[in-house]
Amino acid sequence: MDKTEAFLDVSIWREQNGDGHFETYQVPRRANQTILDVVAWVQQQADPTLSYRFACRVGMCGSCAMMVNGAPRWTCRTHVLKVAEGASLEIAPLRNLPVIKDLVVDMDPFFDKWVAADAVFAPSQTRDDPMAPITPDDTMRIAADDAIECINCAVCYAACDVVAANPDYLGPAALNRSWSLVNDSRDAGQAERLQAVSAVGGCHNCHSQQGCAKFCPNELNPTLSISGLKRATAKSLLRWGR
Amino acid sequence: MIRPHRTHALWLAFILHRLSGIGLALFLPVHFYMLSLALTDPDQLDGFLAFTDLLLVKCAEFGLVFLLAVHMFGGLRLMALEFLPWSPRQKSYAATAVALAFFVSTGFFLQAV
Amino acid sequence: MLTLRLYFAQRLTALIMAPLTLGHLAVMIYAVQGGLSVAEILARTQGSVAWFLFYGGFVVAVAVHAAIGLRVVVSEWLGVRGIALSVFSLVVLATLLLLGGRAVWAVTFAGGGL
Repeated sequence: MDKTEAFLDVSIWREQNGDGHFETYQVPRRANQTILDVVAWVQQQADPTLSYRFACRVGMCGSCAMMVNGAPRWTCRTHVLKVAEGASLEIAPLRNLPVIKDLVVDMDPFFDKWVAADAVFAPSQTRDDPMAPITPDDTMRIAADDAIECINCAVCYAACDVVAANPDYLGPAALNRSWSLVNDSRDAGQAERLQAVSAVGGCHNCHSQQGCAKFCPNELNPTLSISGLKRATAKSLLRWGR
Repeated sequence: MIRPHRTHALWLAFILHRLSGIGLALFLPVHFYMLSLALTDPDQLDGFLAFTDLLLVKCAEFGLVFLLAVHMFGGLRLMALEFLPWSPRQKSYAATAVALAFFVSTGFFLQAV
Repeated sequence: MLTLRLYFAQRLTALIMAPLTLGHLAVMIYAVQGGLSVAEILARTQGSVAWFLFYGGFVVAVAVHAAIGLRVVVSEWLGVRGIALSVFSLVVLATLLLLGGRAVWAVTFAGGGL
């Protein structure tokens, strides 16, 4: 972008009670400015009624994801310089989730699907049992490595065309978490989990477009995890003839 | 309202696979009907087969062979992705599938004309 | 729209069809040389158990594969769900089985007239 430009032309989605439109703001450019800085400037200097969500500002909490020029981004770690087209920015709420107000989406459907995918640890032991020994070179531990470090930001969920086309689809994040648990030797709920990810909205709906992997800010690849689930469930079908 | 991303190679691979699949599914009933003419009305089928000698029809056939080949090679890539150890080189494989499909359908076209 | 069983049937028929498609492509490239005629096709296929099994298997596999594939397309792109979706899939399956079966029969074992 043109660094000599003193202002950014920023279009921000404003929505209240289901009625939405883009509104434009002139935001002064700063060095090392992030998208979240831009949104914060608008809220503090131009219109205090603008609603958005953030917490840690350092890419750990996963609360600030938005659509920036049509692509899902974690806004606190996305530099204006990297994504602005000329001097213009379009900032909108995350795709595939219902808007509460302005840039704030309702994350309930996203997290409900984590539960539906049985992406919850089922302990096989109690706190009184000795610690389960898992060595770093354990093959299951290595496989789980590919799927951890998710910050639940829903960027992948917003990037996914299957979620957009099929409201039942559990989505990349929930299935990715399920796959990390399938590789947890301490977990006692594997049969139920494979059932859960095989239901109507399950892992088999994925078309391997890898939009999730393209946009994941932590460079995870949920498609890899989902293909692991496809293999595991297909094996279980052969085993039980379910 | 919200523009989704539509530019990366593996999305193009997906849409090619889907459209080729739809194309083949629509072609199949016609294909089957034509073949059963061998039984019910061989003369009409021969008349149709003579019609396929036209260059324009050969080009359409090239398209159909390409759809079949690209759907098969693209599908093999997807099954390799799902059932073989993970490979990060999916874009290269998708491009290879398209190249192989061109190779096969061009081979058909050169024999046909 | 795809459950484990449908997914499995989809991939299984795809695996079956991969070699059949290669065979079909080879036959096409071979047969198209010098143009096609009914006599030429029938001379190759008439009375042949091998071709009957080859193309019969192909028809069954493609009917299942296409029915599941189109099911996903109409559900994702046209929003068809529930009973309507199942009916649609079954109609595609039946249509392709019927037309395809008739075509294979026509070029292999049907001697004279239906």
